[in-house]
Amino acid sequence: MPNILVIAKRELQSYFVSPIAYVAIAVYLVIAGFIFVLEMTGMAQYGASPSLQGQFGTMVFLLLIFAPPLTMRLLAEEQRMGTLELLLTSPVQDWQVVLGKFLASLGVLLLTIVITFAYGLMLRAYGNADLGPMAAGYLGLFLAGGALMSIGVLTSAMTQNQVIAAVLAVATILLLWVLGAASQLVSNLTATQVFNQLAFFEHTTNFWRGIIDTNDAVYFLSLMALALFLATRVLETRRWR
Amino acid sequence: MIDVEGLTKIYGPRAAVQDLTFHVEKGEIVGFLGPNGAGKTTTMRMLTGYLPPTDGRASIAGFDTFSQSLDVRKRIGYMPETVPLYPEMAVADYLDFMAALRHVPDRKAAVQRAMQVTHIEDRARMNIGKLSKGFRQRVGLAQALVHDPDVLILDEPTIGLDPRQIIEVRELIKSLAGQRTILLSTHILPEVEQICTRVLIIHRGKLVAEDTPQNLGARLHGSARIGLQIAGDGPALQKALVAVPGVLSVETGENGRYQVSVASDQDVRAQLAAAVVNGGWGLLELAPVGMSLEEIFLQLTKEEPVAAEEQTD
Repeated sequence: MPNILVIAKRELQSYFVSPIAYVAIAVYLVIAGFIFVLEMTGMAQYGASPSLQGQFGTMVFLLLIFAPPLTMRLLAEEQRMGTLELLLTSPVQDWQVVLGKFLASLGVLLLTIVITFAYGLMLRAYGNADLGPMAAGYLGLFLAGGALMSIGVLTSAMTQNQVIAAVLAVATILLLWVLGAASQLVSNLTATQVFNQLAFFEHTTNFWRGIIDTNDAVYFLSLMALALFLATRVLETRRWR
Repeated sequence: MIDVEGLTKIYGPRAAVQDLTFHVEKGEIVGFLGPNGAGKTTTMRMLTGYLPPTDGRASIAGFDTFSQSLDVRKRIGYMPETVPLYPEMAVADYLDFMAALRHVPDRKAAVQRAMQVTHIEDRARMNIGKLSKGFRQRVGLAQALVHDPDVLILDEPTIGLDPRQIIEVRELIKSLAGQRTILLSTHILPEVEQICTRVLIIHRGKLVAEDTPQNLGARLHGSARIGLQIAGDGPALQKALVAVPGVLSVETGENGRYQVSVASDQDVRAQLAAAVVNGGWGLLELAPVGMSLEEIFLQLTKEEPVAAEEQTD
């Protein structure tokens, strides 16, 4: 088995022996489910045709409290326990450690998203929602979630302290989030475009509407690539101190 | 098997390891002896490729520990000082994970063998977090052995164990010798005497002595001391002790305790006892005073003017 998968598998198992994954998934599903019920009731009262558009916005937003608790442990705890020393003196490369950890967090994300397919199934059963836009929405949710996880992996590489890792992750994500608001405050057209291009939430909106725009997909994928690359570099710099 | 040439590691203004040169042949068990902070762990981390050296080079089995790190890591088993374990994993699963990372072909058999050698088979399904310190230490050792490496690097393998466990781990390390090359660090002198074929003494990042335990012992016992407890005192007693041939000096302690410095290569215990008894005093206790590591270092650094200079910082 390739090194990355060995690491990912161990990490995934360790997610489910500790309560972290269960708590994060449960909290996410409870809040998302509650909002789903409210939204559907509202739609039914106004006679609107049911869709998951609003629900996707909610679910992306909720990732903010879902991702950091799942990623904070990944590298910070290995550094605190000294197990990182063992990993990095095994015939494994630094980037493989980072990628393996990231894959494990994606696994938990994927599992959670698959559970929320229930919403789509309900809409299919009791309404006539289109599958296409829903698929796009779920793809967007997964990409956005992956990007947030990669940011968490990066902040977890930077410290031995899980709480600091989580706080840094939330702060970074919020900063990316408010860039959209910043774009409305600047008058310079280029600056507005740059801020809009960098803003996190804005890149998810097309997906819920059922539009898969390469620009958005590239944004999330490059965010992941950048964060994981930096995380690897951070691990390497520890060796130079 | 292990070749270290001018290895140096500098942290800011301080040199943790300075111009270290030594060689370990295949099949040797070499003890790396030194007080805490002498640079043992730093050296081992450089050998395992965890830290890059500031200067100099090290190679294991002909592979450079920095530029060919992956080739080195495949061939070593490393047990860091704080045994790195995942508390939430079962012993066998942890060993299986480590075996998978090192590409062991038949993992099941390898894990079984490593547990057998370290006597932890009956704990295979237990969570590591629930194990006692002694068992964790053995799991750490099993982890270093699971891929059957040519070179074992063990950082303080017996630290924090109770006396019985220490003996077990020492026996275990001795039984591993032969095909494997072992470098282990410790700050316990008898440990080195019992298991190592050669000793490297490191102090303030520098190699201050390199010898077999026997030679080192002889060299140190050169100024052995004998402690006595005698019922009675007075100048006459002191005079009688000094009069024994081979005695260099006598120090008086409390409660009738005396420490006698004896010239090298002479055993004057019988003569000392006779002198005391013949003089009409009561001999309560007579025993050689073991040299503490601190004393050894004082002595070794006295011999090495360069190291003595270091003392002034």
